[in-house]
Amino acid sequence: MKWRYFRQSVFFGVVRLSALIITLALLGIIAFLFYNGIRAITWDFLTLPPTDSMTKGGIMPAIVGTFYLTVGAIAVALPLGVVSAIYLTEYAKQGLFIRIIRVGVNCLAGVPSVVFGLFGLGFFVVFLRFGSSILAGSLTLGILILPTIIGSAEEALKAVPQTFREASLALGVTKWRTISRIVLPSALPGVLTGAILGVGRAAGETAPIMFTAAAFFTAALPKSIFDEVMALPYHIYVLATAGTHIEQTRPLQYGTALILIALVLGIDLFAIIMRSAVRRKKRW
Amino acid sequence: MIITTRNVDFFYGDFRALSSVTLDFEKNRVTALIGPSGCGKSTLLRLLNRMNDLIFGTRVEGEILFEGRNIYAPDVDPVEIRQRIGMVFQKPNPFPKSIFNNITFAPKLSGIRDSRAMEALVEESLKQAVLWDEVKDILDKSAMTLSGGQQQRLCIARALAMKPDVLLMDEPTSALDPISTAKIEELIEVLKKRYTIIIVTHNMQQAARISEYTGFFYLGKLIEFNATEKMFTNPDVKQTEDYITGRFG
Repeated sequence: MKWRYFRQSVFFGVVRLSALIITLALLGIIAFLFYNGIRAITWDFLTLPPTDSMTKGGIMPAIVGTFYLTVGAIAVALPLGVVSAIYLTEYAKQGLFIRIIRVGVNCLAGVPSVVFGLFGLGFFVVFLRFGSSILAGSLTLGILILPTIIGSAEEALKAVPQTFREASLALGVTKWRTISRIVLPSALPGVLTGAILGVGRAAGETAPIMFTAAAFFTAALPKSIFDEVMALPYHIYVLATAGTHIEQTRPLQYGTALILIALVLGIDLFAIIMRSAVRRKKRW
Repeated sequence: MIITTRNVDFFYGDFRALSSVTLDFEKNRVTALIGPSGCGKSTLLRLLNRMNDLIFGTRVEGEILFEGRNIYAPDVDPVEIRQRIGMVFQKPNPFPKSIFNNITFAPKLSGIRDSRAMEALVEESLKQAVLWDEVKDILDKSAMTLSGGQQQRLCIARALAMKPDVLLMDEPTSALDPISTAKIEELIEVLKKRYTIIIVTHNMQQAARISEYTGFFYLGKLIEFNATEKMFTNPDVKQTEDYITGRFG
């Protein structure tokens, strides 16, 4: 008896420890960024473009750029991903064809992000002549996060009780309306979770926007979706590797990283609040 | 005769769930379908409003006539059939919406726009399902807050709001307590004046109490179809008698 309880408490200890390590790692990263970056953050840092060969001034154009790119990526990936998930779970006859599509989606999730960048360069920037722009960058990031969105939307749709579909269909409601009025609203919290994951990924990626959207330096804010923009991850990359004042700009790099994290968490927080608002309305 | 099945066979893949079922359902009567689990009674019920269409890899043969028209003819829209043949399921399955919106969901989509007419429809349907007095003050509350028996009556009200001709009930009381069950049975007694009711039940006493006709199924075959009184007192087939008296099943 004693031995069994001993094993149990060892196991629980390990479980607890793993959770603790993960939490500490996350807190550690945030604390590290905060410690190193907080001094760089001033009102001017947030509201001015970089000056003096990017050794002074702020990162406002990069904040705006990353915001646009992230929103653009979600605007591309969320509708497309949800519609694909609806097709895969609700309409398609399960069979070889669907299996191939699923494998394709999973492969897409495993493709290195720099490959997406090159694809974006070749297809959106050059072939479709969008140039290096918010549009090209958003589309590239959108494709990058598409598997995440499709995957979580599929899970969310599958989690909707079959009885809801039956109840609606048995009332003589068409399949499409059953999906749009009953199934999709019930799946919305799960879909939003996917969107949250997608936002984090899209905002933080450097490689996909390097060739498709990000400018090394531009003080002006974008006027249309065909303008190129500065972006936070790329700005960090530039300051940390490509400048002539790498050591000098260290605080600015940390400050930029801190702002990037804050921006992602901000967007996430918005999605989480939306999700809990939706959840409160749908209980079963 | 409102619904007639003619030599209906039904297959799940290679498995033959129903063989050659021929059966008449009379208008404004309660017909009960009984038999042990897996005998095909629920399968037959779900064929009557084409709910089995939703399952991949199934096949129907024979004819099911609703008011003389084969509902499996290629030009028939199953959505129309389901509007006229409502269904109540084994487990109460209200939508995660308010009581009011549970009732109005389908009628709204079929084109009722006037809010006054909608309110009248909600009241009428809930009264028919004998739920009105219990919920008239909480119509905007979530249907999920109701008890199981109330939820099932809400599901009946929701089906009635589409003004169907036939109401199919698939073991509607098997998930309910005895008091809720009695209420549903009383309700069926009232509803049969206006609707044709076909009910699948595991409970033979229930079939004896509420139905005028009973069909006994065993291993996918209709063994006997008769007036309920005759069925439960003096059945024509030995197998029926064995089942009803509890010798197997």
